[in-house]
Amino acid sequence: MSVEETLQAQEGLAASATALGTAEQKTKDNPNPQMGEQYRPSLATRILGGGVGLSIGAMIAAFIVGGLLIAVTDSKTQQASQYFFARPSDTLIYGWRAASEAYVALFQGSIFNFEANTFVRQINPLFETLTVSIPLILAGLAVAIAFRTGLFNIGAQGQIILGAIFATFVAINFNFPLVVTLLLIIIGGLLGGAIWGGLVGLLKAKTGAHEVILSIMLNYIAVYLLQYLLKNSLQRPGNTNPISPIFEDNAIFPRIFGDGTPFRLHWGFVLALAAVFFVSWLLNRSTIGFRLRAVGANPGAAKNAGISVSAGYILVMSIAGALAGLAGALQVSGTEKVLNTGVAASFGFDAITVALLGRSTPWGTFFAALLYGAFRAGGTNMQVSTGTPIDLVLVVQALIVLFIAAPPLVRAIFRLPDPAKPRKKSAKKKASQKAVEAK
Amino acid sequence: MSTAVLDTPREEKTEIVKNWKNPTILSVIAVISLILLGFRAPAKQVTFRLGDGIRWADIPNLQIPAVAYGWVAAVVMIALALFSLVLMNRGKKMPLILNVVFWFFFISGILVWAIGSASSSNVSLVSILSGALALSIPMIFGSMGGLLCERSGVVNIAIEGQLLFGAFSAVLVGSMTDSPWAGLLAAMIGGVLVSLILATFSIKYLVDQTIVGVVVNVLVSGLTGFFFTRILQANPAELNSAPKLPGFEIPVLSQIPVVGPVLFNQSVLIYLMYIVVGLIWFALNKSKWGLRTRAVGEHPKAADTLGVNVNRLRFSNVLMAGAVAGMGGAFFTLVSVSTFNADMTSGQGYIALAALIFGRWKPLGALMASLLFGFSLQMQFVLSGLGTTIPTELLAMLPYVVTILAVAGLVGRSRGPAASGKPYIKG
Repeated sequence: MSVEETLQAQEGLAASATALGTAEQKTKDNPNPQMGEQYRPSLATRILGGGVGLSIGAMIAAFIVGGLLIAVTDSKTQQASQYFFARPSDTLIYGWRAASEAYVALFQGSIFNFEANTFVRQINPLFETLTVSIPLILAGLAVAIAFRTGLFNIGAQGQIILGAIFATFVAINFNFPLVVTLLLIIIGGLLGGAIWGGLVGLLKAKTGAHEVILSIMLNYIAVYLLQYLLKNSLQRPGNTNPISPIFEDNAIFPRIFGDGTPFRLHWGFVLALAAVFFVSWLLNRSTIGFRLRAVGANPGAAKNAGISVSAGYILVMSIAGALAGLAGALQVSGTEKVLNTGVAASFGFDAITVALLGRSTPWGTFFAALLYGAFRAGGTNMQVSTGTPIDLVLVVQALIVLFIAAPPLVRAIFRLPDPAKPRKKSAKKKASQKAVEAK
Repeated sequence: MSTAVLDTPREEKTEIVKNWKNPTILSVIAVISLILLGFRAPAKQVTFRLGDGIRWADIPNLQIPAVAYGWVAAVVMIALALFSLVLMNRGKKMPLILNVVFWFFFISGILVWAIGSASSSNVSLVSILSGALALSIPMIFGSMGGLLCERSGVVNIAIEGQLLFGAFSAVLVGSMTDSPWAGLLAAMIGGVLVSLILATFSIKYLVDQTIVGVVVNVLVSGLTGFFFTRILQANPAELNSAPKLPGFEIPVLSQIPVVGPVLFNQSVLIYLMYIVVGLIWFALNKSKWGLRTRAVGEHPKAADTLGVNVNRLRFSNVLMAGAVAGMGGAFFTLVSVSTFNADMTSGQGYIALAALIFGRWKPLGALMASLLFGFSLQMQFVLSGLGTTIPTELLAMLPYVVTILAVAGLVGRSRGPAASGKPYIKG
């Protein structure tokens, strides 16, 4: 047995011991004497009722609601429903067809297109998903890290824009070799976002102003600043539209698989992945992260323990802003290769739901961002090929988060067991059995 | 959120520092105004037409030389800022009325300066102001909806969703029944439905209120966008063209110069707004319901001890808030234009939230803040219509910058309802 394995085994033991301890405590603390008998949830209960089961249940429920929406608004289904009582099967068949076609298109646009002729084309949607998810990962982290410190960063949108502005400024004005320019672009993006986010943290810490209001206002200011700059110093020469010059080759992140393939995925994805590792380390392994989490968990207690709450707010908002700013920089110099007014799309707002879905953990946010990237990439294909509006994707996304946020609801829908409580039914059964035995 | 916890220990320590914020900010604004309004004033006469809509007399136009007015405004503002610094040095606050004077000169100074730098400097004051009032309607209703929620302890980020769904329901039902009144009723019901989600998840399932609010906004944006493309656009003549709410003139009152046509010759929704704001102000401050609502928002446990059913009151207040905000949504499709468009509320729900906080969670404060936002929105339209040389983007930024300054400087010390955002679990 190697050292690592021993350690792991010990950790496992310790974990099960603490689990047992809490279980025992629970039964001890249980105020209800009738349920005093030892209750330990079975493995199936824990899996079905815990995080995984809930997430899957929430997704299924959200997709079912989305499917119903597609079916109900489908014109053929509506026609068939007029003679529903004469031949109900028609309505159901048309409805099923409309919903399944849309979802197949969603899948084909986001993961694997089995209708394409070459393998490269078939697998291309997956890489499109990864490309789209880059800004979502970074902005999602920006929201998540602030959440963990007890702040609601609704301003990722503005931070993305500022990052993009700074990056574009670098790209237009400096003409260095590729690596140097890209490094400057990254620094610019980080800096731009950090200023915008740090401003929120600073004002919150120094004046006590509410961060939600500050970031909403800064979002609008960023939008107008972008519009202004695109008509002035950042505008493409000889153009009246609000658009920047196309980036030179030395200011563009190269594609990971080279220019020969159709895959748009660029090295920015690796940076985003690195950011996930960084935030994960920062939050879970570093002193700073510990302080930030302490501030988030209980600012009063953190203050009493000698942790500066103000410094925590300023720091975390700067880091969050820098992450979102990097998203903006990668978006202009990796994916779009140009700056226009739509650079931030709705990434900053999607990032909020991404962070919520990922429960504000770095890796949770990463996978949630991949899922949202898939929705975004697939939604476009769904709209083009089946005419189902991409807004459906928003509905499904919102429903997933709502369902996940309210576990009792999903448990009620799917009759999943609740790991925290013994099943009421079985308890009742036992009670009735006892009653019978007593008789 | 965590602010309330944090503010308690900090307040005593930084009391003196915080008091310096208002004078400092006034001074900064005054100096900027001196540079902008005084030194960079356009050498022009600005003409305000005052007589529109008045039938009984011929009211002369107001002619203002931009340079002179700019200097007067800047000097008055500097004087007031200095006065507030002197007062603060003696540990006193500047009286509210002088603050109002300061902001009046700032806003009117900017107005004169901006119109003076346009190519046409002859404008109707009545149409500017009545347009501003109309544009602030959704924000006023929205902030009232937010107020009803927050004063009873539920954060309402979902104002945007309530407005949007109100607008959608209004156009759908209004077009189907061909009656704007049915549309208005539908808007209120639409707002209530959105509130129902907010209330169910945040009060029954104890999900974080801010999170529910944000997610509900996404949900409503998606749903209305989906139905708009799928249903409304398929049959725009029958489903997406609602009749407008009628407007009428209140006799006598509407003949007061300037004020009359602005306030009393409007759409019926604006008169409804007066009633709603008045009712909320009265009910909140003078009625049993208001006392209970405020108690539940500040200290739910105390209210519970005295026999108030905290969660039931919160639930009904959130639903009521939906109805109020829904009426604001009706503005978009029953007053402004008569067709729905995807995401047509364009973030005004968030501005309404800002107005609520800017207005210190009070009905009249929120009303004034909403009017300020409406005014600046109107100025963008007016100035781009006049062909101004100032970049409209920078002007458009102004209200947001002012809000940040105000939230950081003026109202930083005020705090929201203590229990806002915290679910109440009995026991």
